[in-house]
Amino acid sequence: MRGRPFFVAAPGYEWQEFTNRFDMLLDVRNVIRMRTFLLVGASSLVLAGAAMVYSAHTLAQSPASTPTVSPQGGAAGQIASPFGAPTQRSGLNIVVLDPAHGGTDPGARGTGGIRESEIVLDLATQVRRALELEGFQVVQTRQGNENPSFDDRSAIANAQRGAVFVTLHISSTGLPGTVHVYANSDLATVTNSNGLIPWDRAQAPFLGLSKKFGDLVQGMLVQRFKGSPETAQTAAVRQLRTTAAPAIAVEISSIIVEDRSELDHMAPGVADAIARGSAAFKPSYVVPGVPGALP
Amino acid sequence: MTSLWKSLVVSGLVLAVLGAAIYFPILRRRVKRAARLQQQSEEQARRELAQPIVVNPSDPRVKTKLFWASDAMDSTLVPVVVELPLANDPVLRSKQVLNTLLAGPVDAELRTLPPDAVLLAFYLLPDGTGIADFSEALASSVPSGIASEQMAVDSITRTLEANVPQVRRLKILIHGQEVETLAGHVDLTGAFVVNGKAAQPEVKPAVAVPSAEKAPATAPATLTPEKAPGKLAQPERKP
Repeated sequence: MRGRPFFVAAPGYEWQEFTNRFDMLLDVRNVIRMRTFLLVGASSLVLAGAAMVYSAHTLAQSPASTPTVSPQGGAAGQIASPFGAPTQRSGLNIVVLDPAHGGTDPGARGTGGIRESEIVLDLATQVRRALELEGFQVVQTRQGNENPSFDDRSAIANAQRGAVFVTLHISSTGLPGTVHVYANSDLATVTNSNGLIPWDRAQAPFLGLSKKFGDLVQGMLVQRFKGSPETAQTAAVRQLRTTAAPAIAVEISSIIVEDRSELDHMAPGVADAIARGSAAFKPSYVVPGVPGALP
Repeated sequence: MTSLWKSLVVSGLVLAVLGAAIYFPILRRRVKRAARLQQQSEEQARRELAQPIVVNPSDPRVKTKLFWASDAMDSTLVPVVVELPLANDPVLRSKQVLNTLLAGPVDAELRTLPPDAVLLAFYLLPDGTGIADFSEALASSVPSGIASEQMAVDSITRTLEANVPQVRRLKILIHGQEVETLAGHVDLTGAFVVNGKAAQPEVKPAVAVPSAEKAPATAPATLTPEKAPGKLAQPERKP
């Protein structure tokens, strides 16, 4: 790559030159909201918008000279040079945690006025701690009471390399005290000959890995929460569809508890299961090759 | 005589006042109830307008499989077999089975769809894509969550799959609009595969027949096919 810039055309934009020095994310879906991110440490070039994503997983060969983007210092050392040795680079290091809803969207609401958006944010803190103990670096899609769009949340995961994505939910139905894990249901895979993956179906190449990851986490959860399924289920979860990484949704039943403490008591068990499931998934993690990714 | 007459008149008046005192509150309550009834019947009339009764008793009674929840605490579906007079026309038939599904099972706990949701329209495109347009209540009253929303969608697609073989994919609209999710989780931007397995072998032997067969199905002038197929050319996913 060094010294060999490549060119990307985005509709409405001039030819632009990208070098191996940085990765760039152009969201050209809405021109007014066009943003450019410098994603140091993540070796993916993502063009969202004209609905095309190019994940340049196979591109980076040269060492990165800059530290990672993560706000989390914890495990940064392990991935400080993700472009370094190819063996290290292919590993799973990052977990993107997505506390669902937030802001004007409270999610499911219980009779006692408890809100899904608040509970999952607190849960994320615990999951994060458990994951860090397992040596993962954690990136959260929201830190406070905001409501990023589905695409914004996916974009955070799509910008990472060596990442998995976990979205956290509380259901309004189901047997209280159980936890269900979902992978996305089948998506028609459309891959252009040039290796472009449509943003709208970014999850398609990862479905098999997502299911495997989901099964592992669900397996850990069923040990702790009796009555939960043995394996992950599939559902047409909007959040997962645009995520270009092994991605699962974890949904705790349910918001219809007498008081919040019942759900809070489940948090450590859920956190532990997600952390151990992610650690167990680590050996299976390989970035699916995109045929003909680069000229 | 006059004093007796006077006392009679007075007692008559007293009785009338007492009677009125007792009767007026009752009358008021009745008027109120009547007003409420009228409101209800207006609401009913609106529903009936949106959802014409399409059951024709002369149609042959068919064993219809309707998918409702197996248990109030569980998100799995079980088919319930009901004998219904169903039309042969796939559009009419889809409307009939979906209306029955919306009406709900005997045990209200096992409902999969909110009781106030209404099917506003159903169209079938020549390629086998059904378009079901539901009222706002489907999105606003379904319990928010992955499990509950997926169960609602599955009950619709599996019921169509079991009873209307012509429907191969299903696109769900809410009040005529395409929406991103049902209630914050389940994706409605694409079309759900309804009859994937049955669809493929059918296409090969008779390419020309299905289009000829289904031409009348798409006849309703209210359909705006210019717009719909473009939007429908989106990811398909199996529920």
